[in-house]
Amino acid sequence: MRPLTLRLRRRELVCQQAVELVTDYLEGALSRSARRRFEAHLAACPHCTEYLAQMRATIELAGRITPEDLTPQMQDEFIALYRQWQAGGGDQDQ
Amino acid sequence: MDDDAELTQRLRAGDEQAFTALVRRYHDPMLRLACSFVPSLAVAEEVVQDTWMGVLRGLSGFEGRSSFRTWLFRILVNRARTAGARERRSAAVGGSGPAVDGARFGSTGSWSAPPEHWTEAIDDRLQAGKLADRIRSAIGELPPRQREVITLRDVEGMSSSEVCLVLDISEGNQRVLLHRGRSRVRQVLETEFGRLP
Repeated sequence: MRPLTLRLRRRELVCQQAVELVTDYLEGALSRSARRRFEAHLAACPHCTEYLAQMRATIELAGRITPEDLTPQMQDEFIALYRQWQAGGGDQDQ
Repeated sequence: MDDDAELTQRLRAGDEQAFTALVRRYHDPMLRLACSFVPSLAVAEEVVQDTWMGVLRGLSGFEGRSSFRTWLFRILVNRARTAGARERRSAAVGGSGPAVDGARFGSTGSWSAPPEHWTEAIDDRLQAGKLADRIRSAIGELPPRQREVITLRDVEGMSSSEVCLVLDISEGNQRVLLHRGRSRVRQVLETEFGRLP
């Protein structure tokens, strides 16, 4: 049987693999051992730590996109749509 | 969402303002989502209108077993798929490249061209506004299925299970699409802002 340290070493992540695991990590989809390996890599790698921070920032920025408001014309169209539906007796799907 | 629950209740009671409030809240994300299924903005707008008509007609049958938002987006996706020429989702994920260009790693797999730093600049409000604009267009340029997942997850703020329900995809597929999409958007931001002073 191979010595434990050797097996662990062999399974160490490299950066190129780590960046592919970022989403699974953030989604909580990594197994416990995979998560440990990922975190061990981060602890030793400032670039991948920065990369993870950038992915978090990307998500955060996407969440800041606010919906574009309706133009007055579009708003009128939807009001017309509503009134048309009501005038039809509020017809319903079967 | 509690807000939605209250608005749908008022809508059932025939409150026109509740309708416009819901339209105002959801029109933009609905249109963005519809655009990824159909070939033109005009068709996407029709799909959105058609969806709202479906909401009005189906409201009395909506039992609140899912949230209003889930129900609404499911109607939208169904109609958009019918309207679009795009076939039902299969295994293809689109844009299957790696998260980061392989040329940026050395032969051992370690970074040879590590990420440029840019997150510090986000604290600046002005900068954040500019980034949000850039991120919006970066999302718009993603392959359709990645765009759908990012729009619902990260822009609209849905949970992964809600997204799977709306788009009728598996959790695993959702994660792959999310990963590709987010990786691509991060890269756009790095390219755009990594070299700022």
